[in-house]
Amino acid sequence: MATAVATAGHDSHAEGHGEHVHHTSTGLENRKIAVWAFIGSECMLFASLISTYLIYKGRSRVGPWPHEWGCKTSAAVAKTRELLQGCSPADVMKPILDIPVTSQSTFVLLMSSLAMVLALAAVETKGTPLPAGAGWWDRCLASSKFWLMATAVMGATFLGYQSYEFTSFVHEGLTIKTNLFGSSFFTLTGFHGAHVTAGVLWLLTLFAIDVKRGLKGKTDVLLVDICALYWHFVDVVWIAIFTLIYLIQ
Amino acid sequence: MATTAAPAPGQTPTAGGSYAAGEQTGIWSWLATVDHKRIGTLYLWTALSFFIVGGIEAFIIRLQLMRPNGQVVSAEVYNQLFTMHGTTMVFLVIMPLSAAFFNYLIPLQIGARDVAFPRLNAFSYWVYLFGGVFMTIPIFFGAAPNGGWFGYAPLTTMQFSGGLNIDFWVIGLQILGISSLAAAFNFITTIINMRAPGMTLMRMPIFTWMSFIVQFLLILAFPAITIALVFLQFDRFFGTQFYEIAAGADPLLWQHLFWVFGHPEVYILILPAFGLASEILPTFSKKPLFGYNVMVYSGIMIGFLGFGVWAHHMFAVGMGATADTIFSMATMLIGIPTGVKIFNWIATMWGGQIRFTVAMKFAIALVALFTIGGISGVMHSSPPTDLQQTDTYFIVAHFHYVLFGGSIMGIMGGIYFYYPKMTGRYMSEKIGNWHFWLFFIGMNLTFFPMHFSGMLGMPRRIYSYDVGQGWETFNFQSTIGVMIQGLGLILFVYNFLKSKKTGAVAPGDAWGAGTLEWSIPSPPPEYNFAQLPVVTSRYPLWDLKHPEMTAGLAHSGPDAMTVTDSHATPMHEETEYKNAADLGIPMPFPTIKPLFTALFLVLMFSGLLFIHLDLFPVALTIMIGCAAAFVGSLYGWLTSPLE
Repeated sequence: MATAVATAGHDSHAEGHGEHVHHTSTGLENRKIAVWAFIGSECMLFASLISTYLIYKGRSRVGPWPHEWGCKTSAAVAKTRELLQGCSPADVMKPILDIPVTSQSTFVLLMSSLAMVLALAAVETKGTPLPAGAGWWDRCLASSKFWLMATAVMGATFLGYQSYEFTSFVHEGLTIKTNLFGSSFFTLTGFHGAHVTAGVLWLLTLFAIDVKRGLKGKTDVLLVDICALYWHFVDVVWIAIFTLIYLIQ
Repeated sequence: MATTAAPAPGQTPTAGGSYAAGEQTGIWSWLATVDHKRIGTLYLWTALSFFIVGGIEAFIIRLQLMRPNGQVVSAEVYNQLFTMHGTTMVFLVIMPLSAAFFNYLIPLQIGARDVAFPRLNAFSYWVYLFGGVFMTIPIFFGAAPNGGWFGYAPLTTMQFSGGLNIDFWVIGLQILGISSLAAAFNFITTIINMRAPGMTLMRMPIFTWMSFIVQFLLILAFPAITIALVFLQFDRFFGTQFYEIAAGADPLLWQHLFWVFGHPEVYILILPAFGLASEILPTFSKKPLFGYNVMVYSGIMIGFLGFGVWAHHMFAVGMGATADTIFSMATMLIGIPTGVKIFNWIATMWGGQIRFTVAMKFAIALVALFTIGGISGVMHSSPPTDLQQTDTYFIVAHFHYVLFGGSIMGIMGGIYFYYPKMTGRYMSEKIGNWHFWLFFIGMNLTFFPMHFSGMLGMPRRIYSYDVGQGWETFNFQSTIGVMIQGLGLILFVYNFLKSKKTGAVAPGDAWGAGTLEWSIPSPPPEYNFAQLPVVTSRYPLWDLKHPEMTAGLAHSGPDAMTVTDSHATPMHEETEYKNAADLGIPMPFPTIKPLFTALFLVLMFSGLLFIHLDLFPVALTIMIGCAAAFVGSLYGWLTSPLE
């Protein structure tokens, strides 16, 4: 479903009226308005997922728990290891969420938004000659290929962290079937991961177009612009998820 | 694009087909079409076919309930019948019938040549068709969904509803959601961005306005049910615990998510019909709509409040006094903008020169019948009253008055009103009158007695009942009413099919209406407008032809209407018979790719079913294969030029 919903947005991508510049009532391009509408819809999608997670927070009957220590053989739950009474060390379940590790991936994802901004700026200014005596940094800033690839790589890094996170959770005994926390956590973050995946594929497609024929001009700026809108949105959603699910205990 | 030679000027338009554009005909032209008018026509035909299916389901239900201890169908089949009747009528009939009008009318009413994304539009239709077929087919081998149109979990989880029945429902709705969302993004963009010069938001016809509001309701409400369905799918296919009460799940989670979608859905179903009535009533009263601004604002207010009343469907679950009070008050509030609309329609007719055409009768019926349904609706906004009425036939009476008396009556009026625009011929008024009166009498005879059987305690969704509870007469009346409606439906189908060939030929301005769609020939050429019109008021055609009707109105611009001369009817014949290529208007290429993209998407979802047949490798093969094919056809679509 995640990809299906996402595709509904992608469809608009090569639609519109191509090179013909048609009159529009607002002066904005059709695809841009469609992407905004799509993002509005996506807000409700993630709002439903996040609300469900929050409603189910603390309602799981068995561990592991996100922030608390638990015991495999009893229903004991405690805020710290010391407070967990009467549980043999072999049966102790650690809190699942690893905030330091996820902070790293969050940082990478936030930085990818910066790279996305620079990619758009590079496409917008393409064709402007570099100032005399431009150094490597100026050349780098002007390279849309570099920033598109950088954004995609950072997105992929985030996905790498997520798959590491998922795998280690499964090893610690939390699967999507274990408890309400497992079901709602994996579904929520999995949906977000699917959106990042769609975004990475989108970015790689733009990169491929850039390599093949070079992205420039008004039409191409729009192509990158709508991808950037989507990418920033996915990023903002992660800020909400990270705050509500990881940071608030 | 079009190559066929244009017929000689003056030739009678051939029934059903366009004459002017020299359009291609044949099945291929329909499969590959990206023309909003043809897609609208496809929506209309498909939805009317499902209307017959849903009607037959209702008929069997009523046969079963005609007498106490009915033996027509078993309890299991009965469950499937009422589930499919509700699901079909809501998702496969009323929504797509509205979509037929969105497609056909929005570009014509705002003076555009097509929607913003013609191919996405075709995709929406094909997803709807395949999704509808996917949900309807299992009824022929006894595996149709059987959990009610609202599919309450945990009842619909594997524990209580094994088998494929609910799988068809949950996957089918997911598919239909994609169709509605894709269409909504398209129409929002179209209305915001494709308006003709001078067509400001507050000059848009009310139908377009109501459609605009509905698209926002769609994009904001559908994600909630999408997520509820995802949870249910995951529970059923992958063993998650969202609706697993033993694991600590909240039994109300589904109900909240469903009704957060479900109540805005009610307005998604009724607002387009309100829009159609707001076009029909002024035309046949020869008066501009009374209180246009208030009509727009009340529509917006209905849409806005519609998101704050969902829990009135859940008073009986015991949410506590605070929640009950808030949702009760919000529900009463929403009656105000709705009541305002009713009074505005009455004031529109007040003092007008009313012509009682069939379309007008249907529109007036909407005003009257929706008022009855609205009043019973406000009755259950009060929790103590609602507790007496919930899950009884009183509720069934209420929502059939708003959905049949409101939506279907409005849409039927819309069909009679716009048929000449779509086909170039009028529907027979004589048969139409019979149809109207049979529908009107039959509908009241069916649903009015349900108020009484409900008040006497007859519960919904029971497949039989014992004698001696005082329900016999009312049930018998309801069944007779359905038979009368059935006769009306048969006459309608006959009229609909026959008038296409033998109806009286309609001019471009078939009824003397005031909005842009009537300024072009009937049926419209593929490019709609040879020259884009310049709009200066809400009723451009009336400014042009009947300036006395709009003269004193503040909403008309200071200058006379300036729809370009070529749009004043009768249209110049040379222009009328030219096609897009002759006029140098770029038209989108027909393409089959949206159809294949939609087909692979639906097949990909249907692969899930094999998991429950214990054929996991088959399921995986189908889903991965179809996903690859989906991406492939999407790639082909996105990389081919539009026009």
